[in-house]
Amino acid sequence: MIGFLHQTLSGLATGAIYAAVALALVMVYRATHHLNFAQGEMATFSTYIALSLIQAGAPYWVAFVLTALFSFVLGFALERLLLRRFAEAPGLTAVGVSIGLLLIFNALSGWLFGFTVKQFPSPFESGGVVLGGLVSAHEIGMVGVTLIVLLAVYAFFRFTPLGLAMRAAAANPASSRLVGIRVGRMLALGWGLAAVLGSIAGMMVAPVVFLDPNMMFGILLYAFAGALLGGIDNPAGAVIGGFAVGVIENLGGAYLVGTELKLTLALIIIAAVLVLRPAGLFGRIVVARV
Amino acid sequence: MPALLDIRDLHAGYGAGEVLHGIALSVESGGVTALLGANGAGKTTTLRAICGMLPRSGEISFDGARIDAATTEAIARSGIAHVPDGRGTFLDLTVEENMRLGAYIRRDRGVAADIARFCALFPVLGARFHQQAGTLSGGEQQMLAIARALLSRPRLLLLDEPSFGLAPLIVQQLFATLAQIRAESGIGILLVEQNAGLALDFADHACILEAGRIALAGTAAALAADAQVRRVYLGY
Repeated sequence: MIGFLHQTLSGLATGAIYAAVALALVMVYRATHHLNFAQGEMATFSTYIALSLIQAGAPYWVAFVLTALFSFVLGFALERLLLRRFAEAPGLTAVGVSIGLLLIFNALSGWLFGFTVKQFPSPFESGGVVLGGLVSAHEIGMVGVTLIVLLAVYAFFRFTPLGLAMRAAAANPASSRLVGIRVGRMLALGWGLAAVLGSIAGMMVAPVVFLDPNMMFGILLYAFAGALLGGIDNPAGAVIGGFAVGVIENLGGAYLVGTELKLTLALIIIAAVLVLRPAGLFGRIVVARV
Repeated sequence: MPALLDIRDLHAGYGAGEVLHGIALSVESGGVTALLGANGAGKTTTLRAICGMLPRSGEISFDGARIDAATTEAIARSGIAHVPDGRGTFLDLTVEENMRLGAYIRRDRGVAADIARFCALFPVLGARFHQQAGTLSGGEQQMLAIARALLSRPRLLLLDEPSFGLAPLIVQQLFATLAQIRAESGIGILLVEQNAGLALDFADHACILEAGRIALAGTAAALAADAQVRRVYLGY
């Protein structure tokens, strides 16, 4: 029983990371109807920036904030300078561009920071174990930071005029332009915010899985499974899906398939959702006339 | 005094197909110009071209400044509000959010009071304030579209078939309201309307579009008295 509880709580902790990345994927998807396959590698790259800042002597939270700002600028600039040019291109072009970005950021991380596995500090390490050894201090901190960030994102979209304008621009660009919303800028803001979410997920998960250029590859897959499970166009669904996948992964790994085959669970979830319920648990079924 | 909106030799269309072949029209400051014509004559295309929603060439001046190369969002910000064909409702957002978006470009403190005013004017919007706008009926969405457009406090209002989907009684109320808003704020209106009798009653000037060209233009009273206009558009 203790083992089961431990696996569940630990699953919720990694699930928080998947939830954040899943939300980033959904934000970009809702705005552009394309998945950003480079979301994970951009996050890894940002995590290296954080590590460089910390190694240069910056206090952890200063490095954390600077990295988030850097990621925002990176995401914003990528949309404005690169993705924008392919806005009218067919769907496969956008997929190609984002896979190209994935390869570029993966290679850039290795080239600039080395391919060896690195340790990444945690700001929560001092306490050791909490809750009778069921979870580590870092796992609690990781969930806490992620929840704060998710709540902040929710409040931003729900209660601020800019958040409302971003939702409007994603849902109905033509009407948004007619009320004076600069739709292009809103899409770039969405990319920037998604990159911030990714970078925070990267910094939070790096102490657990260690930092190397491929760190986010598996995590992106789990996050993708979570986003699909919740509904690829539903932000709240993606967050719930992310947590669910974290728990499923951990319990499945412990009791069903073993840790070696955990990633397969993500692929099974993806395949099962696409076959059985393509809109996900909370998504809307879109009927398109073709 | 120069016109609020002045259009000269406007060409526009969709891709390779040109719909407007060089039209000219104007809206006086505080005036109403009605744009009449059969289906497919280019009325909606004219409004879209003014707002930069499709490729266009020619000269469009708003308040003395050329806007024929401006983006849609810049045109909206300069003071032109558009009640588009199909109503342009933000279906996933609430009625309240739709109205707030209408006032998106405003930075003054009067937005809440204006929203309350339109809820009083269209009580159904007040009653469904927190509901998803996609659940409104077509007529209710039409009211919402008009409220959304007016909430930007525009100097020029482009109305594409405002009576579409509305019950006759509501249409009367709507035009009475528009007349009131016009009297209060001195807003100019370019009105596209199927109901030619209603439009000519409301407008000072009118143009008739035929196959992408202005076939007839003049004061609304002169057009309403024109024998051919009466026969073709008014039916008596």
